[in-house]
This record gives sequence, C-alpha cells and structure tokens, in this order.
Amino acid sequence: MKVVSVPGNLDQESLDQLLDEVAGLPDAPRFLLDARHLRWVDPNGMVGLLAAGAALRDREGILPRLELPESSDVAGYLARMGFFEEARGVFEVDGTVPRRRSGASDVLLEITSIEANQDVHQVVDRVQSRAGVILANKLGYPSTAVVQFSVILSEVCQNIVEHAEAPGWVAAQSYNWSRRLGRWVVVISVMDMGRGFRRSLGEEHAARYGNRWSDATALEAAFLHGLTRFPDSGRGQGIQQIRRQVRRWDGAISIRSGSARIAQVPGWDDRPPIQEGLASFPGTQISIILPAREDA
Amino acid sequence: MSDRRPVDPIAIDVGDLVQKTVASLYSHLITRPTGRAVRLAIEAQLADAGDQALSLIDLSEVTLLDFSCADEVVAKLLQRYQDHRRTDAYFVFRGVTEPHRDQIEVVLERQSLAAVAETGSGHFELLGSRSEEEGRLWQELEEVGRMSGPGNGQRGDDGRQGTLQRLVFRGLAYRSGAAGEVVALSRLVRHLG
Repeated sequence: MKVVSVPGNLDQESLDQLLDEVAGLPDAPRFLLDARHLRWVDPNGMVGLLAAGAALRDREGILPRLELPESSDVAGYLARMGFFEEARGVFEVDGTVPRRRSGASDVLLEITSIEANQDVHQVVDRVQSRAGVILANKLGYPSTAVVQFSVILSEVCQNIVEHAEAPGWVAAQSYNWSRRLGRWVVVISVMDMGRGFRRSLGEEHAARYGNRWSDATALEAAFLHGLTRFPDSGRGQGIQQIRRQVRRWDGAISIRSGSARIAQVPGWDDRPPIQEGLASFPGTQISIILPAREDA
Repeated sequence: MSDRRPVDPIAIDVGDLVQKTVASLYSHLITRPTGRAVRLAIEAQLADAGDQALSLIDLSEVTLLDFSCADEVVAKLLQRYQDHRRTDAYFVFRGVTEPHRDQIEVVLERQSLAAVAETGSGHFELLGSRSEEEGRLWQELEEVGRMSGPGNGQRGDDGRQGTLQRLVFRGLAYRSGAAGEVVALSRLVRHLG
C-alpha cells in the first residue's frame, strides 16, 4: 500500500502539493491518504481531498483508504461540512466517522455534489439566507450582495454541468484570516473530475492555436477572452462576469486545469497570474476568495 | 408595414411561468435550461400573435436572475424575433430592479441589442447597446409619447427620421397606423396592471 501524507494545513496553496503528489504517484495496488495530522482545512482543502481520492479511485478502480484526522475538532468540522457523506464512494474511511450534528449550522455552504442543473438550483436556494447574514456581518458587504454572490455560485456550478461532463463538488465557508490578511474572507471552492478546459475547448479552438494549444492557452482563452466550446455568441459570459464581480469586491479567483493555473490576483495576494508545469491533475479546480471590506 | 391595426399588448408574468410551468420547485431564474424553458414558454404564448405583437415581460416576481438565464429570457428572445421577422415583435420588460439590471445590461450589450425596461413604477429606460442619437431620441419620444415618423416606404437612412426608423426597426418604438406615427412602447403597456 502506498501512503500519501495529507499536509497539516490544507488550503488552496498546500492543496497543490497534495494534487501534484497524487498526480505523480506510480501505480500501486492500493493507496492510503493519511490525514491524521490535519490541523486546519478550508473548502479548497476539503473538496481537493475528495478530488484526490476520486482521482486515485478512478485510476486504480478501487477506493483509496482515508486515515481520519486525530484532532476531534477537525474531524467534527469535516462532519459539519458534509465531507463524510460525499466521501462515501470516494474513500474507505479508517476509524469512526463523527456524527453530523443537527440544528443550526455555522456553515455557509456544505460540500454539495453537482451533477445536474437541479443541483445548482438547490445550492442557490440553500445558500440564500446564510449568505445574506455572513456577507453583511463578516464581510461588510451591502445587503444586495447576496444576489451577486448567488449569481457567482450559479455560474460557477453551471461550469461543471455544461463543460466538465463529469460530477463535481462545491463548498463555501467564512474564515477570519487574521494573520494572513487581517480580515474575514469567504472561500468558495468548486472542483470537478471532468475533462478540463483544454479538452472542453479543444475541438472548437485548438486548430487555430496550432502547437501553442495547451492547458495554459486554453485557460487564457476562457478566462481572459471568454471563449467557449459553443458557437453561440451568448455563451462564455459566466467566467467573465464572475471575474468582474470578484474584482469589484477586491477578491481573488484562480482556476487550475490540467497542468496550469490562471488567476486574477488582487493587491493583497502575491500569487503569479499564470502557472505552468504543474502536475497534470484531472478536471478543474476553481477557488474564489472574497475579503471583507477594509472598513468592515 | 403599411396600414396596421393597433397592437394589443400581452402581459406575461415570468415569475408565474417559472413557478407553474418550468421549475415548480425553484423560485429563481437561474441556469440555462431554466431560461430556455421560460423563453420557449413565452414564445409559445406569442405563437398565435399574427403579424405584430407587443409583450410586457414581467420580472417583478423574479428575485434572482443569473447571466445564463438573462441571455435566454432577454437576449435570445429579442434576437429570435429580430432574426425571423415573420412577426413584428416588441417587448417591454417590467420589474427590472437593481438585482436584475446588471445581468440584463451585460447580455444585451454582448449581443448588440437594446430593450425597453420599466425600472421603477412608471419609469422606463432604454437598456443595452445603442448609439448616442438613438438614446437621445428614444428619451425624447419617451417624454412626449408619440412623434410623426417616416412615411410608408421611406428608408430614412440619415438624420432624425433615420434614427426614429432604426428605433422602430430594433423594436424599441412602435410605428402605428397609416400616418406612420411613432409611439413610445411605454404608452402602450401602461394600462396593463
């Protein structure tokens, strides 16, 4: 059995480490993801852990094992986020899965699988009341922001249904980034196990790019220029409009697909706008970080 | 487009269509399939309209409208009737409030379209793509209600009459009767509750 160590802090940055490692693993009869030392995890980390498990499952045709975090706080948080429900069919979990408490929840949006348009409706319906409170109280956004937030969620989830041709997950939560940014943020994570941007756009656009066609150029085409595989000129607006709204809120958005990542980077973030040469991981991973207003 | 009978406007409540016809479980106008289904339902209501139709598309009960739905229910609806001119179709969108406005403006501009919208009680605006002259003359028409238009058969390629002709051609104003008078769409739908 090949053991993969899950980083102690699992967020967007450290997730790359995990996905790169998983993508580069040699064949093995079985894999074990060791999350015993997981101390902190955000939606990117949780959804990414599911994606890592799904990639190994799809590769070997057998469920990888998952060693649960030793920290009861972290395990309990995973339960509140609905991680273990989604982990069925992805992992064989070692240890006792904590129960998900019923009643009021502090979670903005639990991990939700997206396969069809009705899932997008459910996500948007579910998030309405919670988002209004969190966006206003934690981020200091106006009450109308819940509409734009819901539109972002709708468009980003539709990206899975329309382009990935494979299921995916979405999750969102608010955090106090006191050390990193000195402000609250809302983190939205959307990942799918589909065909990625290069393959989705390839049939329609690859010929025009010739041998320049790659994960990075496909991401640039969609992210910067609104290209889509559909000939319809009304298509391709979703990502463009998400970028515009995220910029208005001084937020960050990045998309990793295949071996590349593209990002819209605000002043408070120091990531590069494009990265190439990452390990090729299936599907697409979208991360959106919305910070509190500075005067909030 | 010679002598025409007065147009009889039809009111279409999109909130009602979403609730009853398309996605009974959901109250929001989101996702492209939902938008497409609503557009088809609107088109079905207009199928027997004859050679001309004026529709008041009421979005008052729609709380959430995403870009995919706005593209289907607003941009593609307008586009289809401009592309297939079997019917002279005119549309006014009612209940376009701040939560919808940005999405509607974006999809209209992307397709170089414009639409008349009631953005407040009794307050109508031209949204989307238009020239300065078109915007100015549309506003003037909106204030006075009606204007003498280009005569029948006139092409009106330039100047004020040409601009008025373009507003009619784009479905942003209605040319009525043999005299060729041009009427603001708002005047034709105000009586609809």
